[in-house]
This record gives sequence, C-alpha cells and structure tokens, in this order.
Amino acid sequence: MFVTSAYAQETAPAAAEGDTHAGTAVPAAEHETFPPFNAATFPSQILWLVITFGLFYLFLKRVVMPRLGGIIDVRNDRITQDLDHAARLKGEADAAVAAYEQELAEAKANANKIGQQANDAAKAQAEGTRKKLEAELEKKLGEAEASIASIKAKAMKEVGTIAEDTTSAIVEALVGGKSDKSEIAAAVKSASR
Amino acid sequence: MAAADKVDPIHQFQIHPIIPLHIGGYDVSFTNSALFMVVTVLVASAFLYMSTASRALIPGRLQSVSEMAYEFVGNMLRDAAGKQGMQFFPLVFSLFMFVLVANLIGLFPYFFTVTSHIIVTFTLAALVIGTVLVYGFAKHGLGFLKLFVPHGVPGYLLPLVVAIEIISFVSRPVSLSVRLFANMLAGHITLKVFSGFVVSLSAFGAVGIAGSVLPLAMAVALTALELLVAFLQAYVFAVLTCMYLNDALHPSH
Repeated sequence: MFVTSAYAQETAPAAAEGDTHAGTAVPAAEHETFPPFNAATFPSQILWLVITFGLFYLFLKRVVMPRLGGIIDVRNDRITQDLDHAARLKGEADAAVAAYEQELAEAKANANKIGQQANDAAKAQAEGTRKKLEAELEKKLGEAEASIASIKAKAMKEVGTIAEDTTSAIVEALVGGKSDKSEIAAAVKSASR
Repeated sequence: MAAADKVDPIHQFQIHPIIPLHIGGYDVSFTNSALFMVVTVLVASAFLYMSTASRALIPGRLQSVSEMAYEFVGNMLRDAAGKQGMQFFPLVFSLFMFVLVANLIGLFPYFFTVTSHIIVTFTLAALVIGTVLVYGFAKHGLGFLKLFVPHGVPGYLLPLVVAIEIISFVSRPVSLSVRLFANMLAGHITLKVFSGFVVSLSAFGAVGIAGSVLPLAMAVALTALELLVAFLQAYVFAVLTCMYLNDALHPSH
C-alpha cells in the first residue's frame, strides 16, 4: 500500500499538468491492489514460470550448452594443434638455418684453403722461375767475364806488336833505313817493364 | 480512459488473463505475464539455437554473442565456486539468460516485464536457495550446518554470531528477489512518468511541445540507463547465485 501512495504522489503533478482524464484514473487505481502485490495472480505466475523456465532449463542443458561447449572445445583443440604445428615448423626452419650456416662456414673454410694453396703454388713457381733466371744470368755473366778477360788478354798481347810497329815506324822516320826487328822488340819489352 | 491509461505508470504492471484457466480452485489463467515468459524463453532459445547452428570455427557476430554469454557465466561460476561448481552451470546459465532476456524484452514499449513482479523473482530466488539447501544437505549431511558456525569465534560470542548467520542466510532469497524486482519496477515507473510528462506537456500547444523536449531527453537517457540496469541485474542475480552455490559446495568458511 505504501507503493500505491507513492505512485499517487508521482502522478499528482502529471495529472495536474495533463488533461483531466488522468484525474479519473487515480481514484480507480487506489481501489485496486498494486499489481505486483496482488496475490490472486501468484498461482498463475508461479505455474507458468515453472513450466517455461523448466523447459528453458532443459533445452539449454540438453541442446544449447553441449553445442556451445563443443564449439569452444573444438576451437581450443584446433588452436592448440595449430600452435603445435607452428612450433614444429619453426623448429624445422631453425634447423634449416643452422645447417645452412654450417655449410656456409665449411664452404668459406674450403675457399680459404683453396686460395691459400693457389697462392703458395704461385709463389713457389715464381720462386723457381726467378732462381732459374738468376742462374742463367749468372752463367751469362761468367761467360761475358771470360770473354772480356780473353779479349783483354788478346788486346794486351797485341799492344806489344802495335808498339813494336809504331817504334819501327818512328825509328825508320827518324833514322832512316831499315831497323832491326828483334832489337826493337827487345827495346819495347824493356821499356814496358 | 485510453488516454488516462497511457499516463498511469502502474498500468504496465497489470496482469490480465488471455486464456482463463482454473485448476483446483486456483486461477492459473494464461495471462500476459505467462505470454511474455513464453516469449522470453522462445527468444532466448531461438537466439542461442540459431546463432550456433553453423558451429563455425570462426564465429560470426551472433555466435560470438552466444559464446561470450556462455563463457562469461562459465568463468563467473568457476571463479566463485571452483571446478566443482560447474555441475550447476546449466542452472546459472539458464537463470542469467532468462533474467537478461526478460529484462531486455521489458524495455520495448507496450511489452510486459516478467521480472517486475516480485513473485517471479522470488520463485527464481527460491529455486536458487532450494538448490543450495537440497544439495548442501545431500552432500554434507548435517555438516552443512557448519555454514552457520564460523571458525575462530570465541564461545561466548557464538550464539550471537550463529543467529546473525542464520538471519543473513534466510534474508538471501528476499534480498535476491527484491533487488531484481525493485530495480525493474522502479526503472519502468520512472520511464513511464517521464514519457507521461511528454504527452501531458504536448497538450499545452507550442510552448508545451517545446518544454516537452526536456522530459523526452530524460526518457531517452533513462532508456539507456535501463538497458544497463537490465544487464547489471541479470549479472548480479547470476553472481549471487554462484556465491550461494559456493556455500552449498564448501559450507565451512
């Protein structure tokens, strides 16, 4: 009944501001029970609530919830599976990268070795060629020195003859007449000593 | 009289029979209240059934809504009552969905709000407390009474504490039902009063129509608030149900 009076207070301004029809509703409502507290409607509401809610409960329990639970379980399984798959693929990719890096390192080492070998071979060859050339040059130098020495000796030997010829020519020009060859030779020899 | 009914904020709670029915001296007519219980159940069932019909791995919008409601209630129950509490999942989920859909349907103009009647909310609350009592005694026997005897209370205080515990337990169905009922009732009365102002003020011509913008804006804002309250009260009802069920599972605290 408290609520009914509260309601009457609330509608009072509305009735005052509104048309006069509202005024007729207020006394009518005061005689009626406030609907939510009208016990006459309780059996009907309880019965129909039990029926409808009972069916709703059974329907959710038997049909909807297994289905929803199934959907979510399937999805979770699928996600777990996909994550596993992804982890496996990642492992494979990591292994492939490691293998690639190892091969790369091996190939680098090989390349270094081959380069080193080529370098050494080239050095050795160059060294051999140089030594051969040096030896040849040495030989040629020796031959040249020998030839120079022989030419020098020959030239030295001829110096005496030229001196004798020059002396005999000078003597013939100065003294006149023929000069004795053996005398001149002796004289030159003694002078060159 | 028809104009007066529109301004009367209590009229919307009136129950009138659609198919009169009397069994054993009781009036159990199929009323507008029963009709909207059926509508609530049909709408909720149809939504849950049809939105999940495709069982899509990647859910659409409607399926997402159903799944969110399912997981929301599931997590709520698991947090409050633990893994053991999951046997009550169908009960809590049906209560949540029923109250939520009944509240939401009640927001439509000219629609009856099932949860605005104390007997409906009280029946639902009695179902919860009845489940707690039946399960509690069946599972723990007289050990369930330990619920009323907290640990570590000095002996001389015990009678007082036990009395308080019993009163708090008994008041649970009352508070559970009155909270939902009062929220829905008050919300709908307020909405109706403000909408009534719009109609009454408009009768005063141009000035009245200009002035009726204020109560109209208020009615729009209140509708948004009522939408929030509809969700919130369904949530509160479900959360408290979970906590009471936890008491049935683990009576000694």
